[in-house]
Amino acid sequence: MNMLSLRGVQASYGASQALFDISLDVGAGEVVTLMGRNGMGKTTTIRTIMGLMRAQAGHITFKGEDLIGLPADRVARLGIGLVPEGRLIFPTLSVRENLVATSSNRRGVNEPWSLDKIYELFPRLDERQDQMGATLSGGEQQMLAIGRALMTNPDLVILDEATEGLAPVIRTEIWRCIETLKARGQSILIVDKNIAVLERIADRHYVIEKGRTIWAGTSADLARDRDEVRKHVAF
Amino acid sequence: MRDTQKHIRIALPVAALALLVALPFLAQLAGQPALVTLATRMMILGLAASALNIALGFGGLISLGHAAFYGVGAYAAGILTTHAAEGTLFLGLIPGSDQLLVNMAAALLASGLAAAIIGALALRTSGIQFIMITLAFAQMLFFFFVALKAYGGDDGLSLRRRNQLFGLNMRDDATFFYVTLVVLLAWLGICARLLHSRFGLILGGIRQSERRMQAVGVDTFRYRWLAFVISGMGAGLAGALMANLGRFVSPDMMHWTTSGELLIMNVLGGAGTILGPAIGAFALIGFEAVLAGWTEHWQIILGPLLVLMVLAFRGGLARIGRRA
Repeated sequence: MNMLSLRGVQASYGASQALFDISLDVGAGEVVTLMGRNGMGKTTTIRTIMGLMRAQAGHITFKGEDLIGLPADRVARLGIGLVPEGRLIFPTLSVRENLVATSSNRRGVNEPWSLDKIYELFPRLDERQDQMGATLSGGEQQMLAIGRALMTNPDLVILDEATEGLAPVIRTEIWRCIETLKARGQSILIVDKNIAVLERIADRHYVIEKGRTIWAGTSADLARDRDEVRKHVAF
Repeated sequence: MRDTQKHIRIALPVAALALLVALPFLAQLAGQPALVTLATRMMILGLAASALNIALGFGGLISLGHAAFYGVGAYAAGILTTHAAEGTLFLGLIPGSDQLLVNMAAALLASGLAAAIIGALALRTSGIQFIMITLAFAQMLFFFFVALKAYGGDDGLSLRRRNQLFGLNMRDDATFFYVTLVVLLAWLGICARLLHSRFGLILGGIRQSERRMQAVGVDTFRYRWLAFVISGMGAGLAGALMANLGRFVSPDMMHWTTSGELLIMNVLGGAGTILGPAIGAFALIGFEAVLAGWTEHWQIILGPLLVLMVLAFRGGLARIGRRA
């Protein structure tokens, strides 16, 4: 059963239409990717799912509930944890405060993530728990952004360009973390361009171009069509 | 170096508190009993500025209407005291009271209610619109109390005597000074708890980026509104104490210039810190008192002096120890 479903979604920035026809599904426990060149509408799609901008047409449902028109905080409380592009942690809060401030906004739900479990996943955050967010390296900030999203105990985690601008060794650590989450049965939607890694760790893939979904398939399909897909995903 | 900073951060407030506790005795020895009333006024305005700090420093809400809550608190205490003295009922229903605890609770309730209503409307805006809406509501309340002839109107409301508390001699300025000191310390304790609670962390996050907080599931309106209400209640509490200090309440307490003074105290002392706004209140009122005794054109000196101080101590006087 699909957890997140988009059908024919359209969205605009003022008079400029950015999304024309986006359709995708993420099932329970699935890792799904959204790929495409810069400016093709990946982040706009995520912002539209999260309620940070309004879809003008189409349908977005999460666990059967219509998301269109809901404010961002309601969408997040339904169980979607966003790791935004550029990380966007809270720079003057410590690592611990960043995590605590956003923890468990859904009451009465069995919540699998706690501070200790986040520190277990990212030992570096444990070592730096009293450090201000602004003083962390880019990789540590990304770990903190992921930890912050997990502390909301989401049913679906969305990672928007999570490895962008990071050193190769840190990227490897982020991919390892995503694999750990997958093994725990976490549903994940990843926006990225690293086809080789995504083919290995994800179940299904979507490619978008000029605001439209132009290709969809499994990792086996991606392996078969890799050259074709690569043309639409600059890397 | 870090140890020195830590020692200064602890030693300065402890020394200031010791000085405050000893102040009535020192004032007596120096033959300057008026100092006790001046220090009490500083503490009350420090409490009001600290209350504004919850909205401004913790929540990033620049309110130019907090004088309204300060005035509502003062009128709540003043009106109940007047009805107690006359033996009449407020609105034909509520008996008056000359008990400080009852009147402070009434002030908290009335100012909290005013802040809840004004906040529910004003917080739907942000930036300059929020500043102007809070200012507009404060001016509306100012003119309402100017027109309220039953409670003195423009002339204000005089109280026969200060409210009672546990049989203490509240006529004695030193006693009232210590009562005010205890209320201020309790309020600062609440502020410290709030700042370090999850509520405080979320406010800090909202101040840095409201959209980012929304994206992680925080209903930011609710938190901002709650901060605004708590902030208004603190200002109301200060108003009730000020009504008792001067045994007088007037619409001037609600004038926008009072809101401006509270903002200046925050900027001067350090918005977003626990002690900063109170330090700012002591500095501002202290300079006013000293300069006013020196020349009748004291504002000409105070203005540039404040500008220099704000430029010299960026982040406020409360952060001096952190840079040592």
